[in-house]
Order: sequence, then structure tokens, then C-alpha cells
Amino acid sequence: MSTTRPRRRVLRAVLGAAVAAGALTACSSGSAGPPSLTWYINPDSGGQAEIAKRCTDAAQGRYTIRTALLPRESSEQRQQLVRRLAANDSSIDIMSLDPPYIPEFAEAGFLAPIPQDMAGRVSDGVVDSALKGATWRDELVTVPFWANTQLLWYRKSVAEAAGLDMTKPVTWDQIIQAAKSQNKQLGVQGIRAEALTVWVNALVASAGGSIIENSDATRPQDVRLGLETPAGAEAAKVIREVADAGVGGPALSTAGEDANVNAFEGPDAGFMVNWPFVWPRAQSGVEGGTLDAAVPQDYGWAPYPRVTADQESHPPYGGINLGVGAFSAHKDLALAATECIVSPENQAYYFVSNGNPAAKESVYTDPEVVKEFPMAPVILESLRLAVPRPQTPYYSEVSEGLQREYHPPSSVDPQRTGREATDLITAVLQKKELL
Amino acid sequence: MSTTTLPPGEKTRPASAPGRRAGISDRSRAERKLGWMLAGPAFAVMLLVTAYPILQAVYDSLFDFRLTDPDNKSFTGLSNYGVILTDRIWWTSLGVTLLITVVTVAVELVLGFALALVMMKALSAIRPVIRAAILIPYAVITVVSAFAWQYAFSLDSGFVNSWLGWLPGISADTDWFGGTWKSLFVVCIAEIWKTTPFISLLLLAGLAQVPEVLQEAAKVDGATWWQRMRRVTIPNMKAAIMVALLFRSLDAFRVFDSIFIMTGGANNTETVSFLAYRQTIARLEIGLGSAVSVLLFVCVVLICALFIKGFKVDLASARGEG
Repeated sequence: MSTTRPRRRVLRAVLGAAVAAGALTACSSGSAGPPSLTWYINPDSGGQAEIAKRCTDAAQGRYTIRTALLPRESSEQRQQLVRRLAANDSSIDIMSLDPPYIPEFAEAGFLAPIPQDMAGRVSDGVVDSALKGATWRDELVTVPFWANTQLLWYRKSVAEAAGLDMTKPVTWDQIIQAAKSQNKQLGVQGIRAEALTVWVNALVASAGGSIIENSDATRPQDVRLGLETPAGAEAAKVIREVADAGVGGPALSTAGEDANVNAFEGPDAGFMVNWPFVWPRAQSGVEGGTLDAAVPQDYGWAPYPRVTADQESHPPYGGINLGVGAFSAHKDLALAATECIVSPENQAYYFVSNGNPAAKESVYTDPEVVKEFPMAPVILESLRLAVPRPQTPYYSEVSEGLQREYHPPSSVDPQRTGREATDLITAVLQKKELL
Repeated sequence: MSTTTLPPGEKTRPASAPGRRAGISDRSRAERKLGWMLAGPAFAVMLLVTAYPILQAVYDSLFDFRLTDPDNKSFTGLSNYGVILTDRIWWTSLGVTLLITVVTVAVELVLGFALALVMMKALSAIRPVIRAAILIPYAVITVVSAFAWQYAFSLDSGFVNSWLGWLPGISADTDWFGGTWKSLFVVCIAEIWKTTPFISLLLLAGLAQVPEVLQEAAKVDGATWWQRMRRVTIPNMKAAIMVALLFRSLDAFRVFDSIFIMTGGANNTETVSFLAYRQTIARLEIGLGSAVSVLLFVCVVLICALFIKGFKVDLASARGEG
């Protein structure tokens, strides 16, 4: 080997390091001009970036908002934010938070407090479930931005052929039987992921129970679970029935929301529980020529199915709330910016352009929203009934524990699974078992 | 004589071999000093970037420490290790990891050897093309390759079911990630596709070291291709084979990306490094997670010791010093 080569390589490495260092300093400086706020956003169809631009303009030079993209999965978004905040990262001014993780952030002191007067303003006219999701220990700790909920989507032709009257509330039993009789699929999220927790939680709540009975427990070992209850057993029964009836499709144990939508656009579709993004996706599919225009015309929507005929269902609640970083150098400006972001106009814009339903009730009567989303009234109705997932600082343990025991759906046993999940989650919270 | 190897020359004996220490010359002392000066900075950097985190993990593993609750950090001694070693999931994860390691390394060794022979024997005109083609999978980022294989096998975007539908047991509705064995099969295939080039490259270096004179002598003696392979080629490249096996085993034991992307640990496909990830990153239990990582490190050290002591791998000889 010639001797010049290693020397050249060293030179190259040194140059590389120098360039990288230069880039880093370039990043950190930039003190001139108005303070730049960083908003950590979850991936969407560009709506949050546009809102950031609008609010930057509206601030008239008081601040500018820059967005930084978080990972796709909400659990990974949490991981990145927690790691940064545990190291007192001052670059996090505003963050888009998935509601189940809010108690953990609040308890760890990662969220800047919201002043009383502002809390009153941003919670005014916000749908109840979104308000609950933004609150921890009776205090508004985040600003409700958009609120999501699942609907029961169905193919009108299939429901009609099965003789199901969709104008009245339907039960899980009914749609399982209908799908089976028509040899069609019932799309549910059976994948071992957060989506499964969403399903389990909605079933337990719809059966009249709750996964955590004392959400105010401060110590992990005091958390009391409500899975070994009649409601827990009812929920497990539904999961097992979907698996046993064979209506979940071949990918039941690996299907998440996206896979469900793919299947729902296909020929075997019958019913599906899913978020409202189903609708804009079908519209863009038609526009792009990948989906026959007749398919979305066959789409019907109804409130989430009931577990028992005489009890109202409690659909899943999701969405995004905005937290202000506790270590931000511009907390007051960041708080002001969140107020701009969640303005009714921006919420309506976000709903129409990205398909993410608003947290404020008034948005649902916006003519443009109603035109684009004919199911907006059903979404609002669903949001009023929706319940958040278990609110606890130890949500991640609870959710992953549930996923381990309730997956695959075909292994769920109404007699056993509730007890096993309780044992596992309790042991994990007491740090006696691995997760 | 059953195998044919060249006797080691006097100069190849390591400097530290017994009998030479007493009479160490000024010149070799100066050489050794130069060696330390050249390798020293790299050694110091290695210590900084590997030894420090390892020691930190060992220290953290003795505490009950949650990242979001640093005020309640408390010393618990070895109890984290007790929790792990009495937990069923640790042992299933270890089993899965060992299974993946053994299966992938065994298959890769055979395939890698075949590829190395192809690269060795290929016409010199097409040799660079073949080498580049064989190396492409290794250049692909593991996460990307995991996604590619997942998409290929998944029910909604995959093509495998429709291509292989004629095989018994495979139909349009086969959910590859819906069961333990099927999932592990895909994970193993992805790993094998991705890292066989690595093994074949190491083996190619070993093949190049086999002295041509021995091959010719064997040919003159009328040895068949298979006899030459067994008696001449393989014994002469034992060191290269062992080093390839060692490196790949250590690598395979730490498998993470494919599991993370393809199954997320569903259906008992969790591996040891995935378990460490789940405790440390998802659960934020730094103490418990560090203990899993330390145990993973111990396993890696054991594998290393097994190869070096058990199979007498001489790392120096693989570098062409032997």
C-alpha cells in the first residue's frame, strides 16, 4: 500500500470534522432577528408546517415558528421527546403530544404550566373528551389542538345485503354476524402495537369498565387495574369472537390502521373501525386514479359499535395536544404561539386539508368542513362519547403489557386474559418482571 | 498425513512467545514502542467510546432508576439481575437469539464459501462486477433491508405469496408475520441475504492465502477437486473461517433492526437486544435495561471466549501475519 493514502484519509477525516463543526455552530447561532420557536410535530400531510407559517406571519415579528419532525409511531415520538427533555433540552419550545403520554410528561415536570386565564381561553368550546385528554390532576397541562375518534365504517351494499339497519346503533355481535353471513371482512387493529391498546380500551370502556380504576395513583405499585371485571371479560369476548368468526381477514394479527384501510378499499370489505382519515384517503385515491369512484360512494359511517345493546359505546379518543417545553427559553412566546396554532380558523384548515378533526365544537358547523366531511356530525357525536386511554404516568408499561397479553387476538380468552394481563402489568409496575 | 499446511516460519512466531522474551533485542523493543505510539491514540479513543459506556451501564444496572423520575433513584444491588434471570421472557429471548445466530451463521458460512469460490475463480474480466454485485446487499442499511423484506412478505404489499403460491403451505392468505416460526424464517432470510457478503469477503481473503504450490502439488499427486478442498484449501484457511464465524456470530447475536421493523417482538420473536431496548428506551427503566445490556455483553464475551479458547482462533494469523 502506498503511504500517501492513509495520510489523505486522515486529511479527509479532519476536513470532515471541521465542516461538521462549522455546520453545528451555524445551527446554534443566529441570534439576530426575532426568537425562533421550535415546534416538534408528528408527521402529517403538511398542515402543521403551514399553520406554523401562518402563525409566524400573524406574530408580526414577535417570534418565528420552525417545525421539527418527530418519528411516525407515537411511541417513538414519546421516546425521542422524553430522552431530550430528560436532558433538559431547551430547543423544545412546542411539541405535538399524543394524549396518553401527557400524564407522564406532566408528572416528570416536562411541561410548562399554562396560566389560568389562557387555560380558560383555550378550553372554551372544546369537546369534552379532548379536554379530559389535555388535563392531568384537574389541571389543563396541554392545549387541545385536534381530537380524533374512531367511527364504524361500512359498505352500504354489504350492510344492506345483511339486513342491518345502520341508522340505529349496532353491536359488535351484529356486525360480526353480518360480516360472516356476507363472507366479508371486519377490519380491526389486531397488530401488536398501540392500535391494539386503543381497541382494547374502547371495548372495556364500552362495556362499562375502565382499564385503570384509580388513575390518581402516584406510586406505580398502587395502580389498580380493571381487567378482571365483567367489563374486562366482555371486551375479551368481543376480541375472541372476531378472531373465531374468521371475519378479521388473513392479516388479523398484523393489521394496523393503514392495512385496514387498504383492505377496506378492496373487494372483501364489509365493516371497519378506524379513524376519519379513511375518507380523505379514499378521495385522494379517486383523484389519483388508484381507486374506483364507486368505492367511496359505497362507504357508510356510524358511531362506534356497542358491546352490549343497551349501553352506549365509548369510542377511542386520540388526536394531538400541544405542550410547551419546561426548559424552553421562550415559554411565554411559545404559549402565545400555541394559542395562535389552535385558533378555530387553523383547526378548520387542518380538518379540511389534512383530515384531522378539530377539538373545538364550533368548527364542526363550518360550511367548508361539512362540505368536505359529510360525516362531521357523527365525528362530533363520537367525540362527545369518547374516552381517553388510561391516564397514568406509567402508560407505556400498561399499554405494552396489554399488547403482550391481548396479542394475537385468537389467543384471547375471556376467562384468563384479563387476569394474566393484570398479573403481568402489576408485576411490571412493581419492577418484578421484564416487559 | 491427513492435511497439508505449510510449517510456520521462524519469523511468524509471535514476539511474546516463550523462549524469546529473555533475548529481546533493542530493535524489537524500538519496534514495539513505535507500535504503541501508532496504535496508542486509537486505543485511547476505543477506551473512551466503548469502555466508558460499558462501565456506566454496569454502574447503572445496580440501581432502580427511571429516566422520568431521577429523584427516586435508589441502589438495589444485584436485584435487577435477579429479576431478569428469573423471568421467562429473558430465556425465550435468549433462545430466539441463539436460534437466529446458529441458523443464519451456518447458512451464511456455506453460501459465503460458495460465493467466495465464485469470486476467486471468476474470469478476471468480470471479477470486479461479480464482487460488486455480491457486496451490494452488505452496503444496504439494515433497516432498509428489513423494510424491503417486510414489504415483500406482508399481506397487503407483498409479492411472495403470489410468486410462491404453488408451494405447499403457502397461499394468497399466508400471513408470514402471524406466527413465531414463519416470522423467524423471514427474519433469518433477511439476515442471511444481508450479511452473507461479509462472510464471503472474509473467506475470499482466506482463500487468497492458500499457497498455490500446495494446490499444484496435490494436483500432481492426482487429488480430486473435493480432496483438494478438504485436505488443502480448508485446513489452510481455518483461521479465516474461524474469524469470519466469530465476527458474524457476535453480529448475529445482537440482531435488532430486523426484529424491530418486521415483528416488533410479536409472537415470541423478541431477541435479547430488543429486550434491552424495550426496558431502556420504551420503559425508561435505565437500571433494568442496563442490566439486560450488561447480560447481553456477558453473552457476547462468552461467545468470543468460546471461539478463541475453544476453537483456538488466532486473530493475528487471519490478518495475514501467520
